[in-house]
Amino acid sequence: MSSREATMNGPDWDPSQPIVSIRDVYKSFGELEVLRGVSFEVMKGEVVCIIGPSGSGKSTLIRCVNALNSIDSGSIRVEGQEVHDPDLDKLELRRKVGMVFQQYNLFPHKTAIENVMMAPVLVLKEPKGEVEARARALIRKVRLEGKEDSFPGELSGGQQQRVAIARSLAMRPDIMLFDEITAALDPETVKEVLVTIRELAEEGMTCILVTHEMGFARELANHIYFTDRGVIVEHGPPATFFTEAKDPRTREFLSQIL
Amino acid sequence: MIESVQAWFRTLADTHPKWNFIYLYDPVQTARIGEGLWMTLQLSVACVVFSVLIGVTGAWLQGSQHAAVRAFVQGYIQFFRNTPPLIQLLFFYFALGQFTPTYSPDGWLEVPIISNVGWAIISLSFFAGAFNVEIFRAGIEAIPESTREAADSLGMSRLQIYVYVVLPLAFRVSLPALNNNLVNLVKTTTQAIVIAVPELLYQLVSIYNDYSTAQNACMLLMFVVYITLVGVLVLGMNRWERALRIPGYGG
Repeated sequence: MSSREATMNGPDWDPSQPIVSIRDVYKSFGELEVLRGVSFEVMKGEVVCIIGPSGSGKSTLIRCVNALNSIDSGSIRVEGQEVHDPDLDKLELRRKVGMVFQQYNLFPHKTAIENVMMAPVLVLKEPKGEVEARARALIRKVRLEGKEDSFPGELSGGQQQRVAIARSLAMRPDIMLFDEITAALDPETVKEVLVTIRELAEEGMTCILVTHEMGFARELANHIYFTDRGVIVEHGPPATFFTEAKDPRTREFLSQIL
Repeated sequence: MIESVQAWFRTLADTHPKWNFIYLYDPVQTARIGEGLWMTLQLSVACVVFSVLIGVTGAWLQGSQHAAVRAFVQGYIQFFRNTPPLIQLLFFYFALGQFTPTYSPDGWLEVPIISNVGWAIISLSFFAGAFNVEIFRAGIEAIPESTREAADSLGMSRLQIYVYVVLPLAFRVSLPALNNNLVNLVKTTTQAIVIAVPELLYQLVSIYNDYSTAQNACMLLMFVVYITLVGVLVLGMNRWERALRIPGYGG
């Protein structure tokens, strides 16, 4: 446990520094410029929401944080470590950064508990018994007791998404990325998932969420970023963001959504 | 009981010379059939196992980051898929066989390290393996990128993702096509006759070369054996397919 923590936090990272620091990031897919100079910082324990119209680059941005997408220029540091260093140990980074996807992406041939146990057993090489105990606790935490042995195909969307959250948490990440995790769910099940996220945030997990849940962002976020066409147009704490938006594009977006 | 049946077939051979079921009453011929059947079974099982292993490995190498590795696998597939297995058998045994080292078990005769049975297994496994690579590749391509990404984001290595996530899912998708190819493979083992592998067809042909009246009976047995053999294989594969079915997933 202690040796793991020693390797997890880069030696040169001081927890009073931002846990994620994004500086002037550019990213294109062929001709299409998706990110055009994005910068922001997240402190440990903060909940940050990224909102904005479709195609504004928000998903790409958080996918760059755990190196699922590469960047063309700029810098992304996680716990002081440059993510887009070609010599980076990607596996090491991904142990620190958990990610939950819009389409859950569970392993369909594994039961709920097997989904949760897989990575700690294979990647962290932790003993099976220990991992299983933790996995059961996590499944209880996301309120899916009794569904341990169900296959993803037997679970509802909201249930699958909560298994996906438990699966990420099983790796004991320092940061969680959520990529529009409620976008594919019906309003009823959205609530179940948001309750889980709220608990996580209250426990002090650093969370970066790409979301369209404005009520949720207002309630939980420490900071909200509004992106449009690859740049951050406006940002601020929810208290001022929703009421004092200065940029006309932000105001238009908010007026459509709120 | 057995003796009266044997007597009946002996009489049948006398009264109807085209229907000499010699292997049913002559223990020497029965033994030849038994040996041939055993060889066919060994050949089939070995080739099925090796060709599936080749398929799984080849499909993994096809996803390699090195272009040279991918080109090598592609070359292998093209060569073995686009040439007749009969020619492959002849080529492996007669051409490559010349260059393999020999040893002398009795101090007199030089025997090649790889026997004709060995060459048949190698040749047929690589032949069917080429198709298996393509079959598994199609299965792998059916697995959504997002599933792989999820494994990726959990810190799993490329090999772990292949072994624990992609392959188990791809395998299920591939099973019907694999089924077909393995059926073909089992039937193709008869071609090992050209390099004198003493499998069932070889033994039966030998029998009716010795006893020309047994030709029809031998051919009949050939069909019966292969229908049974392939039937058992297909039954097993179908059961396996059902056993691997995931609740709530796919059709």
